[in-house]
Amino acid sequence: MVMETESQFHVLAVDDNRFDRKMIERLLQKSSCQVTTVDSGSKALEFLGLRVDDNDPNALSTSPQIHQEVEINLIITDYCMPGMTGYDLLKKVKESAALRSIPVVIMSSENVPARISRCLEEGAEEFFLKPVKLADLTKLKPHMMKTKLKKESEKPVAIEEEIVVSEKEEASLVIEILPLHQELESEQLEPMLSSNKRKAMEEVISTDRSRPKYNDFTTSV
Amino acid sequence: MNTTVVAQLQRQFQDYIVSLYQQGFLDNQFSELRKLQDEGTPDFVSEVVSLFFDDCSKLIDTMSRSLERPDNVDFKQVDSGVHQLKGSSSSVGARRVKNVCISFKECCHVQNREGCLRCLQQVDYEYKMLKTKLQDLFNLEQQILQAGGTIPQVDIN
Repeated sequence: MVMETESQFHVLAVDDNRFDRKMIERLLQKSSCQVTTVDSGSKALEFLGLRVDDNDPNALSTSPQIHQEVEINLIITDYCMPGMTGYDLLKKVKESAALRSIPVVIMSSENVPARISRCLEEGAEEFFLKPVKLADLTKLKPHMMKTKLKKESEKPVAIEEEIVVSEKEEASLVIEILPLHQELESEQLEPMLSSNKRKAMEEVISTDRSRPKYNDFTTSV
Repeated sequence: MNTTVVAQLQRQFQDYIVSLYQQGFLDNQFSELRKLQDEGTPDFVSEVVSLFFDDCSKLIDTMSRSLERPDNVDFKQVDSGVHQLKGSSSSVGARRVKNVCISFKECCHVQNREGCLRCLQQVDYEYKMLKTKLQDLFNLEQQILQAGGTIPQVDIN
């Protein structure tokens, strides 16, 4: 299996504690992610292009100067922060049409089941207990790949041209007409089985607001 | 490169780090920390540890001031300091420091000033002790590298 160099995933890490920022930054770098760290929820929203007092999501989603220039594939935030907590940040991200597709992960040094379920209900993909380990970060890849897929699906593509049979697939497989087959050729998606490819594409392309739950995916990284 | 010298130093390093784990100064999180260091970031562990000790010093100072006057203790402030200390000691693998923080938190919750002062003193002692131990460890590392050797991977499990 040939691995071509893919553009790295870019993670935005939010933590008010300098020490914790250094730790999460290094953990993410070691997991081959590009990292930007900020020390507050409001700075995070600023970085993402969302002005904190702005109430017009439509303007943002078509505006070229939002985070499209700096494409963020995941937000990882501490829960306990002064001012805007990680939970508040999560809510703001999920309420924004421009940002809600970005997966959010919450970190906390405290194991409070009510807190954990509240975050997951609000749309957090994962909840990590601190200290976060290198092994924990392997759980992030599937979530980040989702955003890359979604971004690709939003680009205009001529469907006619995309009927391709991958040489790597066996001849007995049905030729699938997938609009993004050229994208799917990339090694990012090689681990996915072709039946799951279809399912995954349908879920991502869906305009329905319900996001695919992690459990429905059978991705392997 | 004098291989005997290197081997001796490596042995010393290994024994020393194992003893730190066995005596409870460090826990598994320290080895997680070492995993994050590589050729590109050869000073990561010492930098992080240094940052941690800086934090210890500052937080202990602040908490000490909050606890100073018996009639006017800001337990919220103290609790906030302990919370941070507990978090960072946990991230670094500073087991003894972390354990003192657990008791310290308890004393804050019940607003026991005397208990807090004792914990403060203990935390101060433990972090300084760990600081010396880790300094010795890093010195050993430097000696190994200067003698042309590599730092052994130590598996404590």
